[in-house]
Amino acid sequence: MMKPQNARGVPLKDEDLKVGKVLTTEWRVKADYAWDCGIAIGRYFDGLKEGKILATRCRRCRRTVVPPRIFCEWCFKPMDEWVEVRDTGRVNTFSVSYFSWDMTPLEKPEVPAVIEIDGCSPGVGFMHLLGEVGDNLDEILRRVKVGMKVRAVWKPADQRTGAITDILYFKPEEE
Amino acid sequence: MRERVAIVGVGCTSFRPLSPEVSFREMVFEAACRAYADAGLEPDRVGTFVAVSEDYLEGTSIFDEYVPDQLGAVLKPVQTICQDGITAIASAYLQLATGLFEVALVEGHAKASNVLYPAHIEAFAMDPVFVRPLGLNPRFVAGLEMRSFLAQTGNTEEQAALVVAKNKANALKNPLAAYPALVTAEDVLASHPVATPVKELDIAPFADGAVVLILARESVARTLKSQPVYIRGIGWMQDTPNLDQRDWSQAAYAELAGRMAYRQAGIRDPKEEICFAEVDDTFSYKELQHIEALGLARCGEAGVLLSEGYFLPDGPLPVNVSGGSLGNGYLYDASGLRSVLEVVLQLRGQAGERQLPDVRVGLAQSWRGIPTASGGVIILSNE
Amino acid sequence: MERVAVLGAGMTRFMRRAQETGKELAWEAARMALDEAGLTLKDIECVALVSAPDAFDGVHMKGEYLADGAGATRKPFMRSFVGGGSGVFAIIHGWYHVASGHFDTCLVVAEEKMSSTMPHPQAAFNTIYDQFTERPLGVNLLWIFALEMNRYMQVHKIPLETIAQVSVKNKLNGLDHPCHQEGITPGPDLTVKDVLDSEIMVWPVHRLMVSPVTDGAAALVLASERVAKRMTDKPVWIEGVGWHLDSSYWTNRDLYYPKYVEYAARMAYRMAGITDPRKEIHVVEPYDPFAYKELHHLEGLLLADKGEAPRLLEKGVFNRDGDLPSCPSGGLLGVGNPIAAAGTMKVAEIFWQLRGEAGARQVARPVKRGLAQAWGDLMQVGTVVVLGR
Repeated sequence: MMKPQNARGVPLKDEDLKVGKVLTTEWRVKADYAWDCGIAIGRYFDGLKEGKILATRCRRCRRTVVPPRIFCEWCFKPMDEWVEVRDTGRVNTFSVSYFSWDMTPLEKPEVPAVIEIDGCSPGVGFMHLLGEVGDNLDEILRRVKVGMKVRAVWKPADQRTGAITDILYFKPEEE
Repeated sequence: MRERVAIVGVGCTSFRPLSPEVSFREMVFEAACRAYADAGLEPDRVGTFVAVSEDYLEGTSIFDEYVPDQLGAVLKPVQTICQDGITAIASAYLQLATGLFEVALVEGHAKASNVLYPAHIEAFAMDPVFVRPLGLNPRFVAGLEMRSFLAQTGNTEEQAALVVAKNKANALKNPLAAYPALVTAEDVLASHPVATPVKELDIAPFADGAVVLILARESVARTLKSQPVYIRGIGWMQDTPNLDQRDWSQAAYAELAGRMAYRQAGIRDPKEEICFAEVDDTFSYKELQHIEALGLARCGEAGVLLSEGYFLPDGPLPVNVSGGSLGNGYLYDASGLRSVLEVVLQLRGQAGERQLPDVRVGLAQSWRGIPTASGGVIILSNE
Repeated sequence: MERVAVLGAGMTRFMRRAQETGKELAWEAARMALDEAGLTLKDIECVALVSAPDAFDGVHMKGEYLADGAGATRKPFMRSFVGGGSGVFAIIHGWYHVASGHFDTCLVVAEEKMSSTMPHPQAAFNTIYDQFTERPLGVNLLWIFALEMNRYMQVHKIPLETIAQVSVKNKLNGLDHPCHQEGITPGPDLTVKDVLDSEIMVWPVHRLMVSPVTDGAAALVLASERVAKRMTDKPVWIEGVGWHLDSSYWTNRDLYYPKYVEYAARMAYRMAGITDPRKEIHVVEPYDPFAYKELHHLEGLLLADKGEAPRLLEKGVFNRDGDLPSCPSGGLLGVGNPIAAAGTMKVAEIFWQLRGEAGARQVARPVKRGLAQAWGDLMQVGTVVVLGR
């Protein structure tokens, strides 16, 4: 005897919907939000607009972290100070994406990465994209290595809006 | 004999129409800090954490990801319950009752101001096949229910309007409240119709805010500095989600959750044994409906008693002395936690200008809003 | 703390697109579980539901919407949520209802209808990321797995071929599962080469290393010792539970090791009185949404040293006829991944394995204790359940 027995379920194919074999109903939801950045992210974005990466530091656990936050989540106390950190760092990990966020195939792949930011505690950084690293997988895998040094490429000052996209991408930097 | 569970710490932010200066993380951090300070506990004493949230009210899927940091809950047992605040307290209560934990924290918040089209989100909760395609403003559900309730019970639109007047006036004594005001029943009756007989002023306006509660087993509660407020009974209930299967006049979820809580609390005659209550008043008529469902008034009696002053702060059974949601602002599922907060403050003698004399047993009740038929009831005592 | 037993389990077929609505899927799974337990809905005192993001089914507050399908009308009902970890957390959620002594029976239901999202359910995952610092980058779900997979591979020097073996093991195992999703496995002769030749989605993730989008539901009936002893002479006990959630700041953590899984496992082992999990756990269902994740989680569960799981895999330790069979069900890679229900399916598998009812999937070695684990959120949640006879 093998369980589960007589499991139910009627699989449909995409075709079934197209030819109207089953009835469907559609809805588009207006799920729009205006999120309050608050103190920490507000200041972070102000910094980005000025071409700076800001971090916060906790004296007790001695971490310097980015993205900045008003409290240390380990020590559960307010952060002690703000510091400007460098806009360079090292690649902690990366990947090569052939699909966009909604699964549209991409001609030219994107290279997301986690970048450990210089000036922050070891292993601390944020996610962004790598650029100027090649157009196809082989090139990219030759060029990009975990631990590799990178530098931020910023939008021109008059195009920055105070967002993470004020940094266009991080590019490889010679040691 | 089961060990009792007490609420040993409470913390909250003020409730206000907008909160642009803080992110949700920062807002919850404030409430959590206050709760820990109130309980005299550090986060490492808390064994389990329960948060309430709904993705579409936050604008983030899997919102539970963003819960731990601002609660001191990193790498701890944390869960999110997509229910009202009182049901979340029930979850924490059950966990403490297993013996696996001694202290639990419950959190809820609202950034209602960040939801740009709340009616669209409310409509998104409707059944996608049978109800949504009608394309109605979701408030129609309240309109149908209010009309049915008034017709079935004999309570009147004027009496529902008195609820608004009472609660907004009560809120004048609540420094946390977002919408304290002196309005008259006439003002309410003259306000703009939304889904008749529901009118603009019958509806609790949205607010932002956060509430954190800390619970502990009695053996731990007795070692802490705050006066413990014991959970005597708790109940929670889901009625049919289908609009077309509802009994439109009754709040069965409140009645059944109430029965669960009363049974556990050993309460036979709620009207006599409950000293005061904080019940859901997301819509004015809901307060009357909930009062009757909870047995605090007989069917059809709530409105009359209200007009006679029975539920005023100086009456025999004050209801929503905090100002309710009509006075504080509607915090979505965090509203239930706000109601519990008031009951705790009253039982501790910490309700300031709103303090009711000689209270021993308080009740809080919550409802999840349109189009739900679910909610919880909790009975608390300072003895 | 009351002892809690699992009396029955049920599930639907796992499908890319089901004709059934979410309510109907929940009902089918619940009904099967009740039948197996020999109980009816009247015997159920409370209901615990899990379902992952509302964005998939396309209903806000979908716990309410699904409640009737989950048998919860006029019952105390809670829907809990810890992302992908929910499927195993569902049992923990039900467990504390009964272990508290307040309820004698609990129906646990897990449901997911991902196919409702158009044009593709994956798009909904964009909204799990931080709206300020991450969403504007156009991030897709696969990114975070690929980033973690690469980190794991780099730190331990794991060859892609070894990871591909997980896909082969699980997809072939899944062919023996009556509910497996049509088309999830190209064929019974699937090889490592086939996996490596499959399309690169987000390097180093290849298409055959990812579980698919799925509709499905699974359910379990839990009961107190008192009721369990009346209903069956083969109760399967919940011996340990554990769950932990790490910080949302995932880019401040080293992804090569799932600490949150270790913490959850330790919690469950402590409760179960397990001191040597590698000897005391006889069959395991770690969460495998991606091939490398099974290995990652086996290490987090302390069933292999850090970096050692790939070597044990190659030695055959995790095969159905190995010393520690892992994902004998076929897992998410072999059966399907209806986010919340997938974890519950794994718990059901351990349940059936312990009762010797897994048929062609039954592992070769004798089993008295098994473990199911799920993961969720931004590389944050570990949920673990230990079942024993």
